[in-house]
Amino acid sequence: MATKKFMYVNRKAPYGTVYALESLEVVLIGAAFEQDVSVAFMDDGVYQLVKGQKTDGIGMKNFSPTYAALGDYEVTKIYVDKDSMKERNLSLDDLQHLVWEDEDEDYAEKNSIKLVSRDELAKILDEQDVLLNF
Amino acid sequence: MSMLHLVNKSPFEKNSLKVAISCALNKSAILMIEDGVYGAVSDAKHSDMVKTAMNKSDFYVLKEDTQARGIDESKIIDGIQLVDYAGFVELSTKYDKIQSWV
Amino acid sequence: MAIEVNGTSYETDEEGYLTDLSQWNKDIANKMAEAEDAELTSNHWEVISFLREYYEEYQIAPAVRVLTKAIGKKLGKDKGNSKYLYELFPYGPAKQACKYAGLPKPTGCV
Repeated sequence: MATKKFMYVNRKAPYGTVYALESLEVVLIGAAFEQDVSVAFMDDGVYQLVKGQKTDGIGMKNFSPTYAALGDYEVTKIYVDKDSMKERNLSLDDLQHLVWEDEDEDYAEKNSIKLVSRDELAKILDEQDVLLNF
Repeated sequence: MSMLHLVNKSPFEKNSLKVAISCALNKSAILMIEDGVYGAVSDAKHSDMVKTAMNKSDFYVLKEDTQARGIDESKIIDGIQLVDYAGFVELSTKYDKIQSWV
Repeated sequence: MAIEVNGTSYETDEEGYLTDLSQWNKDIANKMAEAEDAELTSNHWEVISFLREYYEEYQIAPAVRVLTKAIGKKLGKDKGNSKYLYELFPYGPAKQACKYAGLPKPTGCV
């Protein structure tokens, strides 16, 4: 089977609806199929990556630590829409620092998150074989 | 009559916050909960709209929901009061009616 | 379903995974292994504690491919391969070891 380019597009905030958690689970399951996987966060989806989430008070599972495992699942391309960040007064420092380890370079840590403009994102979307929306 | 307006949707997803503000008369208050708490963040797209509305209505935001979403207190618009679940209950009894903009 | 250990009953799902991972202790793991005719050695415990640490940090049980790679990095290449892990856990390293570790079944593990 030829490798296809799969992209998961996340546009929902983490706890108000179940989309974010569902998407994360599908990404992890999908990663087992050795496709070329990337993930995009735009609109309210950028809130999923905000660090310092503490859900004890609302009695829901805090699934934000799981994003840090994406590197282990070889999901190394995480695109975050710059415009969506700006509208929400968020900067890269507000997000979790997500990395992956490059085995070929003695497990050197590399950044997974890339901030992209809307134009860049449009081009990346255009290159995909399969788009999955959450 | 006094009214407590509940907003539980992100202002980026739905216009609930805007509608609540437009329908809030004097002596009314707006309480942001769940994804509605994103409307309480300063220097964001809807901050000016909220700040203007604060001249007329009291604004509250549910602390448990801001914590869950990683919103630090320092990022919340000055003058919006943080309440916990007990405070939510207290507000519910203080106002004559609750209008939930779902 | 439930599992009886030292006079206490612990709730499990229909496949025998512990419902509340905070209740876990080593006796539960031993009892689960016993039921599957397995005996837990230090090599088993190494993997079990690794899984518990992984869950603690990431809130998920890793898929078997991820587990293999991570074990290889942490415990050496001679242990980070499926042959070694399947010898320890013949019912599937992720599935069986996660069960003994008190974790839910790994996501994507059918």
